[in-house]
Amino acid sequence: MTTPGRLPEPYGQGGGANLADILERVLDKGVIIAGDIRINLLDIELLTVKLRLIVASVDKAREMGIDWWEDDPALSSRARRDELARENAELRERLARLEPGRSQEEA
Amino acid sequence: MSGLRYVYAVCRPFRSALQSQLTGVAGQPPRQLTHHGLIAVYSVVPERDFAEEPLRAHLEDLNWLAETARAHQGVIDALTVVTTPLPLRLATVFRDDSALRTMMESREEYFLRTLDRLEGRVEWGVKVYVEPRPEDTEAPAGKPESGRDYLRRRRLSARDHEYIWQEATEFAGRLHATLSSYAEDSRLHNPQSRALSGAAGQNVLNAAYLVPRGDSEEFVELVDRTKDEAPGMRVELTGPWAAYSFTGEETNEETDEETGDEGP
Repeated sequence: MTTPGRLPEPYGQGGGANLADILERVLDKGVIIAGDIRINLLDIELLTVKLRLIVASVDKAREMGIDWWEDDPALSSRARRDELARENAELRERLARLEPGRSQEEA
Repeated sequence: MSGLRYVYAVCRPFRSALQSQLTGVAGQPPRQLTHHGLIAVYSVVPERDFAEEPLRAHLEDLNWLAETARAHQGVIDALTVVTTPLPLRLATVFRDDSALRTMMESREEYFLRTLDRLEGRVEWGVKVYVEPRPEDTEAPAGKPESGRDYLRRRRLSARDHEYIWQEATEFAGRLHATLSSYAEDSRLHNPQSRALSGAAGQNVLNAAYLVPRGDSEEFVELVDRTKDEAPGMRVELTGPWAAYSFTGEETNEETDEETGDEGP
């Protein structure tokens, strides 16, 4: 049997595969196609109750302090927006200090 | 042929044979259905287990679910050795061949486009854990001598904790940046909790990287080299997986926005 291209030996798969790694992929990734048997995986109680504990939610991650990607402007668009918002606020504040009369008029 | 069609993946026709002993879900061998230039890989599964009601009940059973998930992944794995499969989500079931063909017909363009994009690529999973420290589990030596001593200990422990988190998040961020620049695409997944993974330590990075087969060896070496870089941290590599995390149409948000934000 020929293989297309050389692949290193599998890591962590086969018998020793972490069930969370497999479930994460087969339940949560991959192509969603509505078949004839209509099962919405989100409706399954076990999956919603237990598996959501298993694959921690983003909120849970934040709670644990895992949020580095959100604050890194190179990785997160939200961080970039936050940065812009902060800059904006700073500029407004400086403007208000420079033109106290005007900002009072506007207020 | 009676029974339902449980579909694992769609791919282009491949010449190498799958392992002859390969079984999929419900202990059934994977079969192939060709439609135009595409193949659906499926098993014939019994209605008594895969019709809507019994399937719903089975999915509430963690043992059944784990077994089925492993069987599903086993077929995808075997396909990944001989071709580039487009893996479908667990429990994609059709009534008969004709319904399966109709689906392939209506999705043909998407399948072909996505298969072209993923051709020759595999997915590698990389996770970073903060190793549990012995102090976390053992009670601190001796009782605090006074209220002040107690407070001092608490402060120290909080500062240690903060420091470790900072180290871990910096390391994870650096590693992700390095691997992303090497890979063609990347996805950040939610960290896994210990409950199911059974892994020791706190998962701080759970990412997937799309890498051409030809570059995989180098990618693996790149990950290996980082393993000793950060004491107290553990880097875990899994794969090669089929490109599960990259089947969607959306491109990586990060690279997508390189054009820049439209600031005021």
